[in-house]
Amino acid sequence: MNPEFILRYFLHTIRNNVLNNKYSLNIYMIRPKKTTHIPVFSNRSNPVTGADALFLARLQFAFTVGFHIVFPAFSIGLAAFLAVLEGLWLKTDKQVYLDLFQYWLRAFSIVFGMGVVSGLVMSYEFGTNWAQFSQKAGPILGPLLGYEVMTAFFLEAGFLGIMLFGMNKVGKKLHFFATCVVSLGTLISMSWILSSNSWMQTPRGYAIEPGTGRFIPENWWAIVFNPSFPFRLTHMALAAFLSVAFVVGGVGAWHLLRAKRSGNQPTEAVKVMFSMAMWMAAIVGPLQILAGDAHGLNTLKYQPAKIAAMEGDWNSEGYAPELLFGIPDMENEVTNYKIAIPYVGSLILTHSLSGKVPGLKDYPKDQRAPSYVVFFSFRIMILLGVLMAATGLFSLWLRRKGALWTNPLLLRAALFLTPAGFIALLCGWVTTEVGRQPFTVYGLLRTTDSVSPVPGASIGFTLAAFVAVYFIVFASGIGILLRGFAEEPHQGETGPDAHHPQRAASMASAVSDTAAAGHTGSGE
Amino acid sequence: MDLATTGLTGAAYWLPIVWAVLAAAAIFIYIVLDGFDLGLGMLFLAEPDKKHRNIMIQTVAPVWDGNETWMIFGGAALYGVFPNAYATILPALYLPVLIMLFALILRGVGFEFRSRMHTEQTRNLWDIGFCLGSFVATFMQGIILGTLISGIKIENNAFAGSSFDWLAPFPLFCGLAVACGYALLGATWLIWRTESDLQATMRRWAGFLSLAMLGMIAAVSVWTPALHATYMQNWTTWPRILYVAPVPVAVITLALVMFQALRGKTSRRIPFFCALGWFFLAFSGLGINIWPYIVPPSMTIWQASAPPASQTFLLVGAAVLLPLILSYTAFAYHVFRGTVNEHSESYH
Ligand code: HDD
Ligand code: HEM
Ligand code: HEM
Repeated sequence: MNPEFILRYFLHTIRNNVLNNKYSLNIYMIRPKKTTHIPVFSNRSNPVTGADALFLARLQFAFTVGFHIVFPAFSIGLAAFLAVLEGLWLKTDKQVYLDLFQYWLRAFSIVFGMGVVSGLVMSYEFGTNWAQFSQKAGPILGPLLGYEVMTAFFLEAGFLGIMLFGMNKVGKKLHFFATCVVSLGTLISMSWILSSNSWMQTPRGYAIEPGTGRFIPENWWAIVFNPSFPFRLTHMALAAFLSVAFVVGGVGAWHLLRAKRSGNQPTEAVKVMFSMAMWMAAIVGPLQILAGDAHGLNTLKYQPAKIAAMEGDWNSEGYAPELLFGIPDMENEVTNYKIAIPYVGSLILTHSLSGKVPGLKDYPKDQRAPSYVVFFSFRIMILLGVLMAATGLFSLWLRRKGALWTNPLLLRAALFLTPAGFIALLCGWVTTEVGRQPFTVYGLLRTTDSVSPVPGASIGFTLAAFVAVYFIVFASGIGILLRGFAEEPHQGETGPDAHHPQRAASMASAVSDTAAAGHTGSGE
Repeated sequence: MDLATTGLTGAAYWLPIVWAVLAAAAIFIYIVLDGFDLGLGMLFLAEPDKKHRNIMIQTVAPVWDGNETWMIFGGAALYGVFPNAYATILPALYLPVLIMLFALILRGVGFEFRSRMHTEQTRNLWDIGFCLGSFVATFMQGIILGTLISGIKIENNAFAGSSFDWLAPFPLFCGLAVACGYALLGATWLIWRTESDLQATMRRWAGFLSLAMLGMIAAVSVWTPALHATYMQNWTTWPRILYVAPVPVAVITLALVMFQALRGKTSRRIPFFCALGWFFLAFSGLGINIWPYIVPPSMTIWQASAPPASQTFLLVGAAVLLPLILSYTAFAYHVFRGTVNEHSESYH
C-alpha cells in the first residue's frame, strides 16, 4: 500500500472526526462572559472556538503528560538499577560497580531534574485545563495526589541531595540507604499516580452527590485498589524496568561495537553493564508480555468498548480473527484493508477459539473511542514488546554460547532498540487514554464536561510556549545525556572513604575546565 | 451548587478551618524554603564572578528539589481539600500560572545544565535562563497573590472574569514586592552560608533590598484595605485593631535589628531571620485580610471544600507524615550545613 495514501487518509480522518468534532458535538462549557479587549486573543478569530478550546486543552495535556511520563519511567528504572549497583559494590567491593554507579548517577541527576520540572506542570494542569473535572473528581483524586506528595515526592527530594552530592559527607551505609530511599520513592510515586489513573478507568468506591454531580468518596480502599490498578501497576513497573534495560543495553552495545571497530578490548565496565541489561531484558521482556495479556483480559472485563476500538472490530462475535493491519473508519463503521489471522482474536482475548469479543457497534456512536488511533498505538506497543522480549531471549542463547559481547546481530539489535521501551510505553499510554474517550471518568464524566472555562486562544498560546520550552529544555537535556553516554565509564571512581584533595578544587576550575565539572574525581 | 456555610456543624465546620491553617503553614514553609532559593537565582547575574556563582549554586543544589516540593504539595492539597478553589483560581490565573511554570522549568533544569555545558557561551545562556526564570517565577507568584487579594469574579461557582484581569496595577505591584522580598531572602541566605568577598557583596545588597522591602510593605498595607470594604473593616474595627496594632511596631523593630546586624560584620544568621520575620508579619496580615475567604471576595473556605470524607482522609496522613517530612528535611539541611567557599567539596 502507498504510504502517502495512508498519511492522507489519516489526516482526513482526524480532520473529520476530531476537528469537526464528531465526538465532541454540543460542547458544554462555561465560557467567560466578558470577551477580552485585546484583539489577538479574542475568541472571534477562531472558527470553532468551543471545540477548539477542548481540542487544544486535550492536545496540551497529552503533550505535557507524554513528555513527563518518559522521565519518571526513566527515573524509576534507573534508581532501581543504581541501588543494585551500589549494593553490589558494597557487597563485593569491586571497583567496576562503583564506576558504573557514578556513570549512571550523572545521567540520573539530569533525568530526575527533567522529571521534576515536567511533573510540577502536571500537578497544576488538572486545574488549568480540566477545572470542571477537578471540581467533580477532586474530592477523590486530590487526596491521592496529596498522599503521593507526602509519601513519595518529599521522600525522593529529601534524600536526592544526599544521593547526588553526599558521597563524601555521609558514610557508605547511609549513602546506600539514601539511594534505596530515592528508588523506593519513585516506586511509591508510581503506585499513587497509577491508582488515580486506574480509578478514572474503573471507578469504584464513590457516590455521586445529587445537585453538584461531585464524586464523593465512600470507601477509600475500593478507590485505591480499584479493579484495573494491580494490572496497570504491574505493567507500568515492568515497562519502566524494560525501558531502562534497553537504554543501558544500548549504551553498552554502542561501546562494545566501537571497541570492536577500533580493534580494542571492551572495558570490564561496559561488559558488565551490557550483561546486566540483557539479563533484565531476558527476564522482564517475556514477563511484560504476560502482564500485558492479563491487563488486556482485565480491560475486556471492565472496558469492553476500549477493546473493540483497539481491535478495530465492529461486530461482536465468537471465533473472531485478529487484525494485523487495517484502517478503521469511524464514519462508515468498517475497518478497511484488513489483514487478519482467523480465530486468533478470540484466542488472545478470551483464551478460547469460540470466545465472543466485543464490537464497536455494540455501543452508541457517541460512546466510541477513536479506533484509528488506538488500533495503531496498540499494535506498535505489541510489536516493540515482542522485539524486546525476543532480543532478551536471543541474548540468553548467545550467553550460553559465550558470544554475548561479540555477536554483531545482538549488539545491533540492542543499539537499535535503545528508545524502544519509551516508544512502547508512550504507545501504551495513548491506547489507555484515548481508548477511554469520550470519557475522563469512564462511563460517568465526559471529556466535554471536564474542560476549563479558558478561551482557546490562551490555551493555544501556552501550547505553543510548551512546545518551545520543552524543545529547548528537553533537547538540551537529551543532548547532555547523549554526550555523557558517548564516554565510557571512568575507571577508578572514588567512593566515600577516599578523600581526594583534587576533588575540592574542581568546582572552582569548572569554568575554565568545564569538562571536569560533569565528572570530578575521575581520571586520577 | 450552593454550599452555604450557615448551619454547618461538627466536622464540616472544623475541617476546613484546620485545613486552612495547615495550608497557610505550608505556604509559609514554601516561602521560607523556596524564597531564598528563587531570590538567589535573581541575584545570580548581579554577581559577575563565575567562582562566586558556583558557590551560590552550591548552597542550594542539594536542597532545591525539596524546597519546590512544597509548591507541589500546595497544588495537591488545594486539589484534594479545596477543589472548588483549585478549579477557580487556576483558570482565572491561567496565564500567570503557566508562565510561572515555564519559568520554574527553566530555572529547575538550570541547576544541573549549567555545570554540564562545554562552552562558556552555553553556560552563560543557562545562567541567564536560571536568573530570568527565577525572576519571572517570583514575579508571577506576586501577581497571583495580588490578583487573589483584589478578588476573582465568580458566577455559578466557576470563574467568570477575563483572561487578563491580572494585568492591573495592584497585582503588578505585588509582583515587584514579592520579587524584592525573595531577593532579600536570597541575599541574607548567602550572608549566612558564604564567606569573605561574596558575603560582603551580599551585605550591601541586603541593605538596599531591606529599604526597598520596607517601602513596599508600607505601600501594600495602605493599598490593600482600599481594595475592599471588608478588608478595611478587618483592619479598623474593634477588637480586631488590637491584633493588628503591634504589626507596624514589630516591622520597625525587625528593621532596627536588621540594619544593626548588616552593619556589624560578624552576625551571619540574624539578617535572614529578620527578613523571614517581615515575611511572617506580611503573610499573617494577608491572612487576617482575606479570612474566611479562600477566593475573595465571594468563595469561603467552606464553599471551596471537598466533602469531610476527603478532608479527613488526607488529614490523617498529614498528621503523621508532615512531622516526619520536616524532620528528614532538617536532616538533609544538616548534612549540607556550614559555609561554602571555593575550596568546598564540589558538586558531583
Ligand atoms: C515498555 C513498555 C510496554 C510494552 C513492551 C508493552 N506495554 Fe502494554 N502498556 C504499557 C507499556 C508497555 C504502558 C505504558 O505501561 C501501559 C499504558 C497504561 C498502562 O497501564 O500500561 C500499557 C497499556 C496496555 C494495555 C491497555 C490497558 C488499558 O488501558 O485498559 C494493554 C491491553 C496492553 N498494554 C497490553 C500489552 C501487551 C499484550 C503487550 C505485549 C507485548 C504489551 N502491552 C507490551
Ligand atoms: C497516571 C496518570 C495520568 C492521569 C491521572 C491522566 C489523566 C488524564 C486526563 C485528566 C486527561 C484529559 C481528559 C481526556 O482527554 O481524557 C488525559 C488525557 C490524555 N492522556 Fe492521560 N493521564 C495520565 C497519564 C498519561 C500518560 C503517562 C500519558 C502518556 C502518553 C497520557 C496520555 C494522554 C493522552 C494522549 C490524552 C488525550 C486523550 C484524548 O483526549 O483523546 N496520560 N489523561
Ligand atoms: C498526570 C498525572 C501526573 C502528575 C500530576 C504528576 C506529578 C508529578 C510531579 C509534581 C513530580 C515531581 C516530584 C518531585 O518534585 O520530586 C513528578 C515526578 C514523578 N512522577 Fe509524575 N505525575 C503524573 C504522571 C505520572 C505517571 C503516569 C507516573 C508513572 C507511572 C509518574 C511517576 C513519577 C515519578 C516516579 C516521579 C519522580 C521521579 C522523577 O521526578 O523523575 N508520574 N510527577
